[in-house]
Amino acid sequence: MTIYGLLGAALVALGLYGLVVQAAVLRKILAFNLLGAGVFLLFGVVARRGAAAGLAADPVPQAMVITGLVVAFAATALAIAMALRMHQITGAATLAEPADE
Amino acid sequence: MILDALIAGLVLVAAGWTLAARDAFAAVIGFVCFGLLLTLAWARLGAVDVALTEAAIGAGATGILLLFAVVRLRGGTEEVAAATPSPPQRIAAGLLAAAIGIALALAVMLLPDPAPSLAAPAMAELPAFGLGNPVAAVLMGYRGLDTLLESVVLVFAVLAIWSMAPDRRWGGVPGPRFPRAEHGPLSLMARLLPPIGIVIGIHLAWAGADAPGGKFQGGTVLAAMWLLAWVAGLAQAPAIASRRLRLVLVAGPLVFLAVGLAGMLVADGFLAYPPAFAKPLIVLIEAAMTLSVAAALALLIAGPPERAA
Repeated sequence: MTIYGLLGAALVALGLYGLVVQAAVLRKILAFNLLGAGVFLLFGVVARRGAAAGLAADPVPQAMVITGLVVAFAATALAIAMALRMHQITGAATLAEPADE
Repeated sequence: MILDALIAGLVLVAAGWTLAARDAFAAVIGFVCFGLLLTLAWARLGAVDVALTEAAIGAGATGILLLFAVVRLRGGTEEVAAATPSPPQRIAAGLLAAAIGIALALAVMLLPDPAPSLAAPAMAELPAFGLGNPVAAVLMGYRGLDTLLESVVLVFAVLAIWSMAPDRRWGGVPGPRFPRAEHGPLSLMARLLPPIGIVIGIHLAWAGADAPGGKFQGGTVLAAMWLLAWVAGLAQAPAIASRRLRLVLVAGPLVFLAVGLAGMLVADGFLAYPPAFAKPLIVLIEAAMTLSVAAALALLIAGPPERAA
């Protein structure tokens, strides 16, 4: 199951890189979701390693991931609503400072 | 092992595509594929409840949300190009990301052996809740406070999104108005799927007590069925001023909170269930929560009010 742990680490790295490097707000939100998926996957590996008492995986980290997925969705929805409103008001698709005022 | 390597490889490719795709639309499609592939990884990790949640919320609901946003955020190519960091900055970001990735990978390789586990204590308390699904027992039992707060987070997220509307739109109808689809696949699916989907959604929520599933997965399927009818123009979004809508939205957290407070009087404390009534009380909370989760997810996707009621 180590391979999924390494996958989680790689997703965190990829997501972080995208979050820093990509300029468009929507792409930043996508990258942030990749980063989150990597963190959840690390929880999944910890859960799998904690398999005991006849269960395939420790239920406590699993429950935390389910909670996390729902909260991540709510945060993504809010981020998108803010990005759309910003686009509506200023026409901007990035968080960059306007060139020169 | 080969299967796991294949799944991990595909997930990584989909993630890379999501980041590298030139077109935002292609990136979103990549993200939905990523979510669905990740579902396989969760199933391989023995976390079927999480796999269901990932498929429903991570890939499905987030996918719809992003697709709506892509259509509305078209253009800005030059602005994006101007704001993109220079190559040295990108290399610095790459080094930072790689360092964190390698540190995490090392941490994964060095996880303690034997692994700590709460599976045994969770299973030991299972009969007290009358539930057969240990994940549901954790969500409603030990970590009940987390789940209560999460249900409140959903309500707050809906309020925050509504507050993005201009003042004159407050109390209006969320999202765009879709023309009624009379012909074509969308029109057929929007008439055919909801009766089946509603049964599946309720089944997922009900079966969650003893098998993989639960209020979040079931509620998401219910929300998806409403969204399908909405996009096909068969159902209209209610105005956010509607008292009934608001009641459905807060029903779950209110019932949860009421049961939690009652626990202080008749059981051991806040969110404790009286042993004889644990199962019925949990089912009552889950039923109300399924409705509220469905309403909250649909409203989060529909967005802020855009038209007068």
